[in-house]
Amino acid sequence: MRHMSKLLMSAAVVGLMATSFSAVRAATPPDTLVEAWQIDDVISLDPAEIFEFSSSEIAGNTYERLINYDPKDVSKIFGEVAESWTVSPDGKTFTFKIRPGKKFNSGNPLTAEDVVFSLQRAVILDKSPAFIIGQFGLTKDNAKDKIKLAGPMEVSVELDKAYAPTFVLYCMTSTVASVVDKKLLLQNEKDGDMGYAWLKTHYAGSGPYAIRDWKANEVIVLERNPNYEKKTPLARVIIRHIKETATQRLLLEKGDVDIARNLNPEELAAVAKNPDIKVENGPKGTIYYLGLNQKNPNLAKPEVREAMKWLVDYAAITDTIMKNKGEVHQSFLPKGFLGELNENPYKLDVAKAKELLAKAGLKDGFTVTMDTRSTPEITGIAQAIQQTMAQAGIKIEIIPGDSKQTLTKYRARQHDIYIGNWGADYQDPNTNADTFAANDDNSDTAKAKPLAWRNAWDPGPLTAKTRAAVLEPDAAKRAAMYKELQKAVLADGPFVTFLQQIEVIALRKNVDGVIIGPSFDMNSVAQATKK
Amino acid sequence: MASATLNQGGGHVGALRLFLTRAIKFGLVLATTLLGLVAVTFFIGRIVPIDPVLAVVGDRAPPAVYDRARKELGLDRPLIEQFVIYVKKAATGDFGNSVLTTNPVMSDILTTFPATLELATLGTLIGTLIGIPLGVLAAVKRGSWIDQLVRLLGLVGYSVPIFWLGLMGLLLFYAKLGWVEGPGRLDVTYSYMYTPVTNIVLLDTLMQGQMDAFWNALSHIALPACLLGYFSLAYISRMTRSFMLNELAQEYVIAARVKGLSEMRVIWRHALRNAAVPLVTVIALSYANLLEGSVLTETVFAWPGLGQYITNSLQNADMNAVLGGTLVIGAVFVLLNLVSDILYHLLDPRTR
Repeated sequence: MRHMSKLLMSAAVVGLMATSFSAVRAATPPDTLVEAWQIDDVISLDPAEIFEFSSSEIAGNTYERLINYDPKDVSKIFGEVAESWTVSPDGKTFTFKIRPGKKFNSGNPLTAEDVVFSLQRAVILDKSPAFIIGQFGLTKDNAKDKIKLAGPMEVSVELDKAYAPTFVLYCMTSTVASVVDKKLLLQNEKDGDMGYAWLKTHYAGSGPYAIRDWKANEVIVLERNPNYEKKTPLARVIIRHIKETATQRLLLEKGDVDIARNLNPEELAAVAKNPDIKVENGPKGTIYYLGLNQKNPNLAKPEVREAMKWLVDYAAITDTIMKNKGEVHQSFLPKGFLGELNENPYKLDVAKAKELLAKAGLKDGFTVTMDTRSTPEITGIAQAIQQTMAQAGIKIEIIPGDSKQTLTKYRARQHDIYIGNWGADYQDPNTNADTFAANDDNSDTAKAKPLAWRNAWDPGPLTAKTRAAVLEPDAAKRAAMYKELQKAVLADGPFVTFLQQIEVIALRKNVDGVIIGPSFDMNSVAQATKK
Repeated sequence: MASATLNQGGGHVGALRLFLTRAIKFGLVLATTLLGLVAVTFFIGRIVPIDPVLAVVGDRAPPAVYDRARKELGLDRPLIEQFVIYVKKAATGDFGNSVLTTNPVMSDILTTFPATLELATLGTLIGTLIGIPLGVLAAVKRGSWIDQLVRLLGLVGYSVPIFWLGLMGLLLFYAKLGWVEGPGRLDVTYSYMYTPVTNIVLLDTLMQGQMDAFWNALSHIALPACLLGYFSLAYISRMTRSFMLNELAQEYVIAARVKGLSEMRVIWRHALRNAAVPLVTVIALSYANLLEGSVLTETVFAWPGLGQYITNSLQNADMNAVLGGTLVIGAVFVLLNLVSDILYHLLDPRTR
């Protein structure tokens, strides 16, 4: 009752003041797609620097890459800017033939020179994603010798070892291998920066859409690129930064946006009942896991590690807190990768866990902390896990924190348990194997900080196996190696992997053709239409 | 005759000297306040257990990239040295670049602060114009149903979480009734119809004669401004009431009544005039509060203001942006203090 009167009172006051505005309302323009989306992670529009979720997706819709793959079947690799490619007999040199007749948004023709420039530039600028192509032995100093023009429309890339062709090609599908407009960038070059300062906030690509405007934390505007072969049905896409999810829902239901990107499970359930709205989803390459720090003597016991894997109610998490947003997944490679292992051997089994704990000499359990990011989703999952662990006497104390704060602690190995998610950096299985199953230096002063290192785990022979897998030329043998690695980590690793993310978007019924790909850079609105 | 002129001249010189000393004093106050503010924010920012390099290169960067970024940020130098470098640069107006938006912090502030200024000014106007009469009314009719109603109104405005009121307001006036436009400052269709000059959308559109865009912007700002207005109204009406009660009990009010002045005149000309002196401070403080940026309101209404900017920067350890924003707010507080001092001076002859 008190709430009711409060609501009426406040409504009356605001109402008094608002009566004079009765604006004419229009839905979004028919040739424009408007999205409500949290885009505050965007820090650059330069494909050589882009590594965040939102900007990856923008790059995927505005740039073309050398190689790409079918979002519905990741094993189907095809040339995008490349027409075809060959590998030298020693397996070290890849030669790409460039598709003729392509043009940038600027009107400049796309040639082999642009491809050479783009790849060299990514390696030389050496921003966060540069290692994806740099890991083949390409460095600032040798990029100009190793990445070369091999003919008028041919580019050759020389690697330091005979890597598995699948590994090399999958890496070339990353946004960091996007082709940029050399002529345009050199016109805007400052102090030999290869156009870096300029491209941070501008556009120099050949993809379906061109980036017309970016106002940080406010809006990104994409416009049809008239020079792209398969013209986009829509003239433009406007992405509005709407931080509050409840506000996203209101805008969607009102028709002021066509797509809402960040609704939570309750909001999704509510909008699904609206006849004007539909919900679509697709699995993403991000997995959720608990990292068990091996510096904690209890967590370092193999029986305890295994017991904890029996103390998560996997099904309950994906049915409630993560309903529509995740499915049970326990191995470190997400579904949709070469070598995926779709086995989920663990389920909630308190008796078995108790047995294991007794074997470890911890019959009465123990107390341990868990660093948890204060988002509703992660907090919810943490509480669910806290509850099931308690059934076997493991008392978890949740330490809430801001995301960057918990991450800083995790990277310093100062946690007990860290609840995290890990998205693949590129579409090759090495991306996750390299971090979950390999650790070249487990000392405190190590330079590289893979997840195995962050949890102070020395995977022993698995590191060598991971290194060998990137050199295996036979795709089937290579897949088998990754399966073996996953089984080993599943059995004994310090990771309790519990789900794979599903990305869900809510759209107005009249919107069609939006593709939710296996990675963020494969989400596409290029062929989206509005009726 | 001669001495009179001399005296007058002396008066001028005296006034000038007074003005100068005051100006220098104010400059000193401003400088020390801001320096203190920078020092506190800077060192807290460095103690906070968040790695600022992560904001620049992300979690996945290889060690070499990480180290280079750390060096570029100057984080490898001693803390004191970092501070001195920062202050030196800030003194010349260079607050560095924001990591998150890649723009110079100054240019970010010049776009986000006007958004907050626009909202806070409208909110304070609404709060003052309605809050003061309500407070006066409540004081005059003390104990009556009007007084109770005003009290209830104030209580609701002060105690109900503002984001909840905001969401409810959106649900009712935007989603259900369609009286106002939704979140954001302007419909996208209008946002390219004018050139941002002051970045205060209402002012820019009006000056450039884009009336359609102006009405659209007004309809967008109506709800959040009313909400903030209500919030400050709650405070201002309560304070007005108590100041007025105090004045109405004074002897001069009885004297005025005995003199036969009309009740209207006694209340509005005599009592309120005296109550206005402390009220100036209340209004200035409430204005300053809104200028700090109402993070929650800005979030609910997708309003790209200073509050959201600083909060977001803080969460990402984007220290340049946080420091720049804090300095602006500090300067605003000092300036508003100055303005209310001047108003005091004008309203209260005893302080002259």
